[in-house]
Amino acid sequence: MSAKVVTITSGKGGVGKTTATANLGVALAGLGHRVVCIDADIGLRNLDVVMGLENRIVYDLVDVVEGRCRLRQAMIKDKRLPELYLVPAAQTRDKTAVSPSDMIRLADEIRPEFDFILIDSPAGIERGFRNAIAPADVVLIVTNPEVSSVRDADRIIGLIEADEKGPGKLVINRVKPEMVQRGEMLSADDVIDILAIELIGIVPEDESVLVASNRGTPTVMDGGSLAGRAFNDIARRLLGEQVPLTLPEASLSWLQRFMRALFGSPNGRGG
Amino acid sequence: MAGTTDLSNRIAIKGLKDGLVVSLGAESTWAEVTEALMARIDAQAAFFQGGRVAVSVGDRLVRSAKLAALRSALSERGITLWAVIGTNPDTVEAARLLGLETSLQQIDEYRELEPIDTEVIGSEGVLVRQTLRSGGTVRHGGHVVVIGDVNPGAEIVAGGDVVVWGRLRGTVHAGAYGDERAVVCALELAPMQLRIAGHIAVSPPNDNRRRPAPEVASVRNGQIVANPWKTR
Ligand SMILES: Nc1ncnc2c1ncn2[C@@H]1O[C@H](COP(=O)(O)OP(=O)(O)O)[C@@H](O)[C@H]1O
Ligand SMILES: [Mg+2]
Repeated sequence: MSAKVVTITSGKGGVGKTTATANLGVALAGLGHRVVCIDADIGLRNLDVVMGLENRIVYDLVDVVEGRCRLRQAMIKDKRLPELYLVPAAQTRDKTAVSPSDMIRLADEIRPEFDFILIDSPAGIERGFRNAIAPADVVLIVTNPEVSSVRDADRIIGLIEADEKGPGKLVINRVKPEMVQRGEMLSADDVIDILAIELIGIVPEDESVLVASNRGTPTVMDGGSLAGRAFNDIARRLLGEQVPLTLPEASLSWLQRFMRALFGSPNGRGG
Repeated sequence: MAGTTDLSNRIAIKGLKDGLVVSLGAESTWAEVTEALMARIDAQAAFFQGGRVAVSVGDRLVRSAKLAALRSALSERGITLWAVIGTNPDTVEAARLLGLETSLQQIDEYRELEPIDTEVIGSEGVLVRQTLRSGGTVRHGGHVVVIGDVNPGAEIVAGGDVVVWGRLRGTVHAGAYGDERAVVCALELAPMQLRIAGHIAVSPPNDNRRRPAPEVASVRNGQIVANPWKTR
């Protein structure tokens, strides 16, 4: 057995890469898999904060690359789950401290002992992004249903294709069903129409995400939230399960749902 | 195709996927060919700007001082000298010393076919068989044909016509050397911005109710107009 390396990237910043990495890590570990999350956003580390492991950092990714410690020593174990680890990014160094071949070497070193290695990519298309996708077997592209974010995702997909890392799979994050209903936000279909790649999950806008990351307990941990359920579904799809893709509807009013049942979704799409 | 070959035949320019190849005519002197090249670049600055160029020098001997001078003349114009292709070993060595590439695998793909006796004489172009995503750019002195979509944020600049067998939603400039007869056609013509020669047009806000149909854009009476695509 050898771990599958999943890189989470986006092009644009602030769309939910770190949130997705933390939640997918927790979800996969919760389903019994051995998971390592690597924060490749050097200089702007924050996966540790979202995962609630900041206070336990001793060594970081750059320490490993520069030989100050072994990879195992930099791996922080999340005590809440049986097999979840984090390799934090360095706070003080710049991205050039790590190279794509370093990333491939590190991933290969731990592949035999794990099921998933999740890599949280920095924004942009520069070195940090190159580092993050170098060892990837699967690339997840996170986008928001918003024109500029979709545009950046498209650019990233082009670069990933040129690197022969496949077209990647798409996560649409922060969807507000009521805004889509009113035609004020791009729908999942609008996004797929442009990007033309496989959709692996739709995550609704959910306040619990913010609350959870402030507390350092990714929202998947407390089960019930809408976003948490969506991330859990993505984890199961990554494992090859067939989980139907549904547009989150819980926040639609009864009237909207009634209208929808009667007339179908707007423009004859969605749903 | 007008624009692909210099009138004096001193230089010929071809587009590759990631740059231009300039072939220097064997009959002219180095000074003549470089002068012709600079004149061509200065006349179509927008087309060359930001691009990279490989120079194919044939069997002539070009010393590193001349190559270095060419490189700086190009870089002053915002163009990168990327490779020097030649058969003279001293030229190849000089190029290598300057850190330039000296072979292009891609060139083989573009080696000209022996012309056969055809009744219709076509004109040169490139075929791109993939969707051009945001940030993707194709520049070519002849025609550009894309089998795939051209997404918002992608750009095509062609000396000749542009044909998109797919949805055209990016930016496109046909007849970039000033050819007003150039056309742009697509299965769905909804470009962010469309230019033909010196004319410019933007698509009307998109109308979802309309079923997309193949269209051709061309210049009529000094304006870009789009019409349903018909062969007659
Ligand atoms: N589904 C969501 N609902 C609400 N807020 C979200 C959601 N996903 C992300 N956020 C918030 O968006 C911000 C940016 O998310 P983050 O994961 O840090 O993005 P990135 O890593 O792509 O820069 C954070 O404040 C996060 O809490
Ligand atoms: Mg982040």
